[in-house]
Amino acid sequence: MRKVAIYGKGGIGKSTTTQNTVAGLAEMGKKVMVVGCDPKADSTRLLLGGLAQRTVLDTLREEGEDVELADVRKMGFGGSLCTESGGPEPGVGCAGRGIITSINLLEQLGAYADSEALDYVFYDVLGDVVCGGFAMPIREGKAQEIYIVVSGEMMAMYAANNICKGIVKFAEAGGVRLGGLICNSRKVDNEQEMIQALADRLGTQMIHFVPRDNMVQRAEINRKTVIDYDAGHNQANEYRILAQKIDNNEMKVIPKPLEIDELEKLLIDYGIAA
Amino acid sequence: MATAANKKDPTCEDDCCELDGLDVRTVKKKLIEKYPPKVARKRDKQIVVNRIDPEGRVPTIQSNVRTVPGLISQRGCCYAGCKGVVLGPTRDIINITHGPVGCGFYSWLTRRNQTDPDSSPDGHNFMTYCFTTDMQDEEIIFGGEKKLKQAIQEAYDNFHPKAIAVFATCPVGLIGDDVHSVCREMKKKLGINVFGFSCEGYKGVSQSAGHHIANNGIFTHVVGTDDTVRDGEFKINLLGEYNIGGDAFEIERIFEACGLTLVSTFSGNSSIDQFANAHTADLNLIMCHRSINYVAEMMETKFGLPWIKVNFIGAEATAKSLRKIAQYFGDDGLTQRVEAIIAAELPPVQAAAAEIRPRTEGKRAMLFVGGSRAHHYQELFAELGMKTLSAGYEFAHRDDYEGREVLPAIKVDADSRNIEELEIHPDDTRFNPRKSDAQIAALNGKGFKFADYEGMMPEMAQGALVIDDISQWETERMIALFKPDIFCAGIKEKYAVQKHGIPLKQLHSYDYGGPYAGFTGAVNFYKEIDRMVNSRIWRYLKSPWQQNPELAAKYAFE
Repeated sequence: MRKVAIYGKGGIGKSTTTQNTVAGLAEMGKKVMVVGCDPKADSTRLLLGGLAQRTVLDTLREEGEDVELADVRKMGFGGSLCTESGGPEPGVGCAGRGIITSINLLEQLGAYADSEALDYVFYDVLGDVVCGGFAMPIREGKAQEIYIVVSGEMMAMYAANNICKGIVKFAEAGGVRLGGLICNSRKVDNEQEMIQALADRLGTQMIHFVPRDNMVQRAEINRKTVIDYDAGHNQANEYRILAQKIDNNEMKVIPKPLEIDELEKLLIDYGIAA
Repeated sequence: MATAANKKDPTCEDDCCELDGLDVRTVKKKLIEKYPPKVARKRDKQIVVNRIDPEGRVPTIQSNVRTVPGLISQRGCCYAGCKGVVLGPTRDIINITHGPVGCGFYSWLTRRNQTDPDSSPDGHNFMTYCFTTDMQDEEIIFGGEKKLKQAIQEAYDNFHPKAIAVFATCPVGLIGDDVHSVCREMKKKLGINVFGFSCEGYKGVSQSAGHHIANNGIFTHVVGTDDTVRDGEFKINLLGEYNIGGDAFEIERIFEACGLTLVSTFSGNSSIDQFANAHTADLNLIMCHRSINYVAEMMETKFGLPWIKVNFIGAEATAKSLRKIAQYFGDDGLTQRVEAIIAAELPPVQAAAAEIRPRTEGKRAMLFVGGSRAHHYQELFAELGMKTLSAGYEFAHRDDYEGREVLPAIKVDADSRNIEELEIHPDDTRFNPRKSDAQIAALNGKGFKFADYEGMMPEMAQGALVIDDISQWETERMIALFKPDIFCAGIKEKYAVQKHGIPLKQLHSYDYGGPYAGFTGAVNFYKEIDRMVNSRIWRYLKSPWQQNPELAAKYAFE
C-alpha cells in the first residue's frame, strides 16, 4: 500500500486534482482510499457524486464510542473508498487536533488493514501546514510520499517551498519523501519552465503539467471527475497520464528548500519579468 | 525612593562571610559550578549572599524571571495561583475549572484551606466539591463553550450559588474558547454573578501571574458591588491570609477580642458577600504581600482606604502588628484592649517557648517556600533560638526580597507585560480618603509606615544565603553542605529532602497541623518543631548501601 499526501496553497486545486487522479488510478483497477483532511469536508464530493458524506468527527460525536467503518466510509467512483475527517466550524476549537483524532480512529477501525487490500491511500490536506495537526499525515509515517500541487503564481510557489520545509522536518523521523510537483496550470507565462526549474532547485521533479481546461469546472458542477463525466475528453487523458506517472514514480527525495531571495530570483528569471 | 533606582549594592567581597562554619562564597560557587556557563550566569544573579549596609540596604536579587528548562523548580502554574491560591479558599463561590479533569482534581482542597460554613446564614459551602467541565477530545476539536455553558447551568440548578467563577486552563487558551463571553451570557441568564479568569497555566513565569489575574478579576467583578456599611467601630480587611490549617480562625479570635471588625478576608474563611463589601472597611492589612498587594493598591486608589503590612506569624510579630493597627486608628479604648490582650496572651506563649528553647537553641533551618512564608516563619524559628541559614521564595518579586523601595527600579520584562495591569481611578462618589494629610503626616512622624514592606533580606542575618526559585540540584547541594536540622518547603520537595535524613515541614499545607498564626498558633508551631528536630527517627535512616558496599565481588582466580 502506498500512502500519498497532497499538499499545496489554498485554492490551488488539491481536492480537484486528487479526485481526478484517484479516478485515473481506479480506472487502472487500483484500490484507493481517499482521506479528506479539511474541516470543510469537500475532498470526496466528485468521487461520491456530491453525496453528502458523514464526517468521521461528526460520527464520533454523535455515536460515541460505537463507530463502525461503514459509518464513515463510502464507496465512490470506480470502487474508490471515501472518508472525510471533518472538523469544527471556522473560528472554533482546534481543527488540527480533529485531523489527529480522525486518522487515529480510522487506524483503529482497521481502514488501513491488510484485509482491505488497498493499493493507495490519498490524504487531501487543507492549505498551508498551519499547525501540528495538519502535519499529521506526514508525521509518524502516516504518509510516505508527498505531491505538492503548485502553479506559476508566486504565492503558490512560496507555499510549495514552505511545505518542503515541513517535509524536511519530518523526513528523518517519519521517513516521508517528496514525490514531485504537480503543476496545475494557471496559464502564467513560462509556467512549465519555471516550475520545472523550481523542481530542479528543490531536487525533485515536475511529475506532470496539467493544462488548464474548463472541462474540469464543467465536470465539477456536475459533481463528477473528468474521467467520469467525459471519459473521451483530452483532459481526462491528462489525469490518466498523471495517475500513470504517480503509479510508476520511483523518484522520492528529501527536498532542499530555497531561500526567499533564491525563490524571487527564479520568478524574475522565468516569470513575468523575463 | 530616589536612591533605589541607582542604589549601589553592598557586596560580600570586602568581608569574610562565614555561614555555619563555611565560607559562603565558596558555598555559592559549589551551588552553580555544575551548570553550563549561561545557566550559571543566570543563577548567579538569583543566589545572593545577604549583606546589610549601615543604611539598611541589601544586595539586588534577580527574581520573577523564567526558570531554566531542565532545572527542577518548586514553582506552580498561573492557574494554580489564580484558582488554587487566591480564589480557592472562598466557600460560597462555585469555582468551575474549564479544562481536562486533572487540572480541577489536583487543585481540589490540596492547600488545606479551612472554612466555617456556619458563619454564613445560608450555610453555603462548596469547598468539598470539585467542579470541572472535564474537557474531552470532542471539546478540544469543536470548542468547549457549549459544555461550559452546560456546566454553569448544571452547577446553578443543583446548588443555586450566589456566584460562579470560571477558570481557564492551558488547552482553553490554545483553542481560543471565550470564557468571558460565556460568563457574561450566563450572568444575564441566571441573574447571579458569573465571572471568568483567563488564567491559562502557561501564562507568566510562575503562579505569581495567576495571583495578579485573580486580583484583577475579583476587583473588577466583585469588590464594591455591595455598599452596605456594617456595624463596627474599627473596620478592617485581612488580605493574603488563606486559612491554612485554621490560621484565620485564630487571627479572627484575636481581632474579636480586641474589638476589631473584620469586614472581609482575602480569602481564608471568606464569602463572596465579604468581597463585595470590602471597600467599606477603613484599613487593609496585608499578610502575603506577593499574592494580594494588587487588590489593596486598587482599593486605595478607587475607594481611599490605605493598606499596611502586618504579620501574624510569630507571637512577637502578632503583638507588633496589633499595636500597629491600634496606632492607625488612634483610639485609646482600642489601644488599651490591644495591650490587655497582648499582656494576657503573650506571656504564656513566651513561657512555652522558654520551655522548648533549650532543645531547639542553635538548630539551623532553611526555608524555601511561597512569596511571604519564607520570610514570616523566620520569626517563629527566631523565637525558638534557631538560625535561618538560607531562605528564598518560589515566585516572589524583588520587592518581596529587598523591600518596596526598589519598585521603581524593577525592570518590567515581556513576561510581566503579558499580565494585564488595570488602570484604576478614584470612584466618583465613593472615594473617601480615610485619613487626612495631617493625620498621615502625624502618623508618619511617629515612624508609622503606610503601604510599605521592607522585604525579607533586611531581616535576615549577614552572610545568610538568599536563593530565588531554588532548584532540586541546589537543594540537595545545600543539604549536603550544611545538613540543616529542618527544611521548610512543600509537598514536591518533602520526600526528596527526607530521604537525606532531614525533616521537612510543609509550609504550604502545614502537613497535618496548624494553626500556626497568632498566639496559640505559635505554641502549636514550637511543639511541632521541637518534635521534628529532636525526633530520633532520622538517625535510624541509614540506607543499606551506606552500611555495606553496593556490590561485592572477587576475582575467580583469587
